[in-house]
Amino acid sequence: MTYSKLLKSFMLGAAAVSVAALATPASAQEEIGACLITKTDINPFFVKMKEGATAKASELGVKLSTYAGKIDGDHETQVQAIETCIASGAKGILITASDTKAIVPVVKKARDAGLLVIALDTPLEPIDAADATFATDNFKAGELIGQWAAATLGEEAANAKIGLLNLTPSAPSVDVLRNQGFLKGFGIDIKDANLIGDEDDPRIVGHDVTNGNEEGGRKAMENLLMKDADINVVHTINEPAAAGAYETLKSFGKTEGIVLVSVDGGCPGVQNVKEGIIGATSQQYPLQMAALGIEAIKKFADTGEVPKPTEGLDFFDTGVSLITDKPVDGVKSVDSAAGLEKCWG
Amino acid sequence: MSESTVSKPARQDYEQALDQSDRNVAAFEGHEKNIFDRLQHFLHGNPTMVPVIVLIASVIAFGFVAGSNFFSAFNLSLIMQQVSIIGILAAAQSLVILTAGIDLSVGAIMVLMSVIMGSLSVKLGIPTPLAIAIGFAGGALAGFLNGLFVTRFKLPPFIVTLGTWNIFFALTLWLSGAQSIRSQDIDAAAPLLKIFGESFRVGSAQFTYGSVLMVLIFAVLWYMLNRTAWGRHVYAIGDDKEAAELSGIRTNRTLLSVYALAGLVCGLAAWASIGRVGSVSPQSFQEANLQSITAVVIGGISLFGGRGSIIGPLVGALIVGIFNSGLRLAGVDVLWQLFAIGWLTIIAVAIDQWIRKLSS
Repeated sequence: MTYSKLLKSFMLGAAAVSVAALATPASAQEEIGACLITKTDINPFFVKMKEGATAKASELGVKLSTYAGKIDGDHETQVQAIETCIASGAKGILITASDTKAIVPVVKKARDAGLLVIALDTPLEPIDAADATFATDNFKAGELIGQWAAATLGEEAANAKIGLLNLTPSAPSVDVLRNQGFLKGFGIDIKDANLIGDEDDPRIVGHDVTNGNEEGGRKAMENLLMKDADINVVHTINEPAAAGAYETLKSFGKTEGIVLVSVDGGCPGVQNVKEGIIGATSQQYPLQMAALGIEAIKKFADTGEVPKPTEGLDFFDTGVSLITDKPVDGVKSVDSAAGLEKCWG
Repeated sequence: MSESTVSKPARQDYEQALDQSDRNVAAFEGHEKNIFDRLQHFLHGNPTMVPVIVLIASVIAFGFVAGSNFFSAFNLSLIMQQVSIIGILAAAQSLVILTAGIDLSVGAIMVLMSVIMGSLSVKLGIPTPLAIAIGFAGGALAGFLNGLFVTRFKLPPFIVTLGTWNIFFALTLWLSGAQSIRSQDIDAAAPLLKIFGESFRVGSAQFTYGSVLMVLIFAVLWYMLNRTAWGRHVYAIGDDKEAAELSGIRTNRTLLSVYALAGLVCGLAAWASIGRVGSVSPQSFQEANLQSITAVVIGGISLFGGRGSIIGPLVGALIVGIFNSGLRLAGVDVLWQLFAIGWLTIIAVAIDQWIRKLSS
């Protein structure tokens, strides 16, 4: 008896819920829908992005749906997410694309359906395949740490020995931009800015890849030190790679007099700046990217206005700042305490 | 009485034809004695010789190509450090492959256990030895789980471990929030976790305790596989599971113990990996399972089970390390290093097939 009663009330409840669900679209006719599609749900960078979007959406009364690929490089799930989003009648999509070329046709489908598509963090290829791009200027991020490293060495910069710890063998655009930006900032002729490794400046000892994690950073640093034990400037693609490189420097007894720089601004990375392990890092702002993105979608829904790129760039620059506790003349920076307030992850 | 005085019984006529017949005792058909057959025979008896020869040849070759930087005691000991984690995982992998199985989850078990050890001791303040023990037990349990699916539910090892690889990876990300535990925080709260990163010097060579651990694990497993009944059972199951069962071996029980032991070895690898990397890094070692299989295959253990020496994968891991280091110091781009290791793997399996022809 009790069982069938339970079942009955459950059925009734379910029916009530489904009626409510059916009713929602009608009553929420005015509500603006937006979608956030990230590469994964696990990287702290994207977690922060989701946080920023969710907070801004509830502030502006935008109904936000979030989707993520299973792993970095999971293209299929992102395509499905865009299709779901078009079907749901949302006004706009924020996306960090896993495959920046392959996503273009389905993005076009969304734009044709009248949605505003904004690429976050990672530009599509071509960049104008999206209505707008909100991203960190990764070239500038590299340039800042390059300038800082050169100014820290002073006259000795002319005799520097530079090791570069990059991301992966396929050299994605973020890798190229940070690497080339760093070298330019350091004062090296980078020749083709789209190509890693075409420089012939004798100060460059070599490049290696880290996969952006500690284990890779450690191994890559070992490899470069085997090539030339006198390396005194190290550029790293991100802070985990820098932490790995530092372990190697420690085991080789070479932590003194080394200039170690990085990019990202995650909390463990900024903490490492505070403790003097990383000399300087360029901090980027995923939360800001997402919040600005939601604002743009709201504005587009209200007025039809499409966001414009930053002057002189083909995307909207969401800002980058140099974090260091050893500021140098001529390069604007903030200290690690300020960096820790804005760090992500 | 001398021999000569013994008179032989007179032969019958019909027996005289025997004198012209072949007087050899029954024997197998003789082998063609050309050099390849001899080589094939020799290698069949000594499956570890191929990788050993490749190892020695590649050290010498890279010594010429990559110069003195490569051929220094320091660099060679550094290669030992670099391959130590993959080497330990390859030891675990070998156990499973010897039973004609495969374990795609070794790397994921290791990373999960390193996150468990790190979280318990650094974040929750549990005594480090206890955290490490929990990590070991977790590793063994994870392996046991694989074994359970393989033996009780009769699922193919490839599918089971493909599944648990994803499951363990997801748990790793969930527990860690994809965040590393910083090296400096480990130093402050649980320095014991990093013990295998400590090093000692012999001349100009620098060895970490992690490299020593790797060699020790191989030595212990060699003893277990070659000097105990359990070891013979493992080979027998890999060679022919049904025959092993018919001869009275409790195959499922042995298989379970193999997977659990492999998991335990992954737990050891987890501890060693914290020392090697410096931090607890949930994003590291994503391809460790495939790299361990590469080392096993290059080390001459047959993927069809039952054949090969446990020492082979140690040599296989070193070969991969030597190739990477040598090519890099010779100024070869990373992508061509991948290219070379790819060919090395295929050639190793081709040689294994050629040697196996002898037994069929």
